[in-house]
Amino acid sequence: MTVSTLAQSIEGTNPALNISIFAAFVVITLLVVFRASRNTKTASDYYAAGRAFSGPQNGIAISGDYLSAASFLGIAGAIAVYGYDGFLYSIGFLVAWLVALLLVAELLRNTGKFTLGDVLSFRMRQRPVRAAAATSTLAVSFFYLLAQMAGAGVLVSLLLGITGEVGQSIVIAIVGVIMIVYVLVGGMKGTTWVQIIKAALLIAGAAAMTLWVFGTYGFNLSALMQAAVDRAGAGGEELLNPGAKYGESAASRLDFLSLGLALVFGTAGLPHVLMRFYTVPTSRDARRSVVWAIVLIGLFYLFTLILGYGAAALVGPEAIQQAPGGENSAAPLLALALGGPVLLGFIAAVAFATILAVVAGLTITASASFAHDIYANVIKKGQVDSHNAEVRVARITAVVIGALAVIGGILAKNQNVAFLVALAFAVAASANLPTLLYSLFWKRFNTSGALWSIYGGLTTAIVLIVFSPAVSGSESAMLSSVDFHWFPLQNPGLVSIPLSFFFGWLGTVLSSEHNEAKYAEMEVRALTGAGAEKATTH
Amino acid sequence: MSTTDPVAGEPSPDVWTEVHSSAEFVALRRRLRSFVFPMTGLFLAWYLLYILLADYAHGFMSIKLVGNINVGLVFGLLQFVSTFVITGLYVRHANRNLDPIAGKIRSEVEGDEQ
Repeated sequence: MTVSTLAQSIEGTNPALNISIFAAFVVITLLVVFRASRNTKTASDYYAAGRAFSGPQNGIAISGDYLSAASFLGIAGAIAVYGYDGFLYSIGFLVAWLVALLLVAELLRNTGKFTLGDVLSFRMRQRPVRAAAATSTLAVSFFYLLAQMAGAGVLVSLLLGITGEVGQSIVIAIVGVIMIVYVLVGGMKGTTWVQIIKAALLIAGAAAMTLWVFGTYGFNLSALMQAAVDRAGAGGEELLNPGAKYGESAASRLDFLSLGLALVFGTAGLPHVLMRFYTVPTSRDARRSVVWAIVLIGLFYLFTLILGYGAAALVGPEAIQQAPGGENSAAPLLALALGGPVLLGFIAAVAFATILAVVAGLTITASASFAHDIYANVIKKGQVDSHNAEVRVARITAVVIGALAVIGGILAKNQNVAFLVALAFAVAASANLPTLLYSLFWKRFNTSGALWSIYGGLTTAIVLIVFSPAVSGSESAMLSSVDFHWFPLQNPGLVSIPLSFFFGWLGTVLSSEHNEAKYAEMEVRALTGAGAEKATTH
Repeated sequence: MSTTDPVAGEPSPDVWTEVHSSAEFVALRRRLRSFVFPMTGLFLAWYLLYILLADYAHGFMSIKLVGNINVGLVFGLLQFVSTFVITGLYVRHANRNLDPIAGKIRSEVEGDEQ
């Protein structure tokens, strides 16, 4: 495929059409958000949507939060370019939900109110543990936000033909502003409705494209894969087998293992996913949410397998890599190849909506964590004069986080979106999950252990990322012109997750603190739901 | 009615400790843990096996079974199947064996609050 045909395919898009489809989405969701905001009064309304969503609604919203631009653009792109190795992302992302279902969702719903910090600090000394939980929540949210904003830049260049730095940056800023409006006006309820609308559009759009591509090859997976192999030319057979991306060296094989661990342990430590469990009335609904999420997410990843190989077959791996946005452009280019400018406009608008919705979910989580854990409980020592003051702080924080996300997004524009998300998962898996599991299941666990595992896991993960080839010293690095890397793996999970479990154990045994009565209370609450926060009825 | 304030009408600390050591609660905890711990071990082991095979046994994973469908693809799809199956098993277990007893203890603890 030559550069000239690529230029044509970009010309094939119709920016005015793309913008109007996207604008329609924004207008509709804003209307919904304004409607939802009428009942948002208390902290429980703002953070947890009054706990009034049903299990299925929340399950759809969870899949909306989870099926980010990384899933849609990143995974389809990774499969289109690397074949089988891209498939690993989907499997890790899906299997991870069993950790959330079996070990975390219901117990968390029963024990906490709004944030991860509520659960982690339940039987510990409040202030240090809440401060730590908020720190790691903010760190994970920041990495995840970067990934989403980077995806926004890619889409813009594809859709509007804006390849200039300034133009892309302006569009990223617009995304930031719309997202801040969702969060400020709609709170958790508005954000949840945006997720539900977006998830329905995304899954329907992906399903339609999957049927179309699959139908083109007579619903024969083998034939579709053969077409991908043929299109790739020499060495195309590699698309079918593992190793195309991670098989080159011993280090890259370890990287694959590391990524696999980060994916499976990261999900149940993602603060914006955990916070969703507070939007339902009971732990039973939390369970139903996860079941719905698993089914929808599982189906969606099966779609991406077809879409990825479909993009390889119809667009070609080489063309995808050379397109603006590289790997991330596989799904939009496939839409163009299938249905022309109209389908591309729809799919790209959906992907854009995806970014908007996920960014809104992340922002409300990060701002809730700051306002509820740091402002209300650390600074004000739990003595906030009114919940309104806390919500006001959350709103101000949302604006600040939105601004930071815009700046970060502009800097992270050219990174693979799925890879950036994998880094967020590594931090979540290292800092949050070990602490959460110890806290829920290990009687002896205490304040010192919680601080060691959060800060130990967070520090290890971030230090290893900074000194990894992802940041410096390789062609695809964030800073490709300098080289200060000494850690051989792109993803730190293999080292940082076990270390964090170890830190949690060590910190615990080094301190004699232990609150037996609080542990009994926490366990009874967690397992039975006694005394759990109820739904608001208006 | 507005948001239920968790502090109002809270059971006293003694109630929690008492319930915590009751035979019913011990049974509930055993039923939960004896299901979720082995199941977690099982799916993690199965997932790890899959990752290691995809990482270090390229030859095996590349064996074609039907057309272009190779062992690796089948194993990958089986991960989807096992995830769906375990989800179903857990929901059945929770509905049958956990919810009734948890509900009973909950209403005892919350007592007159209802």
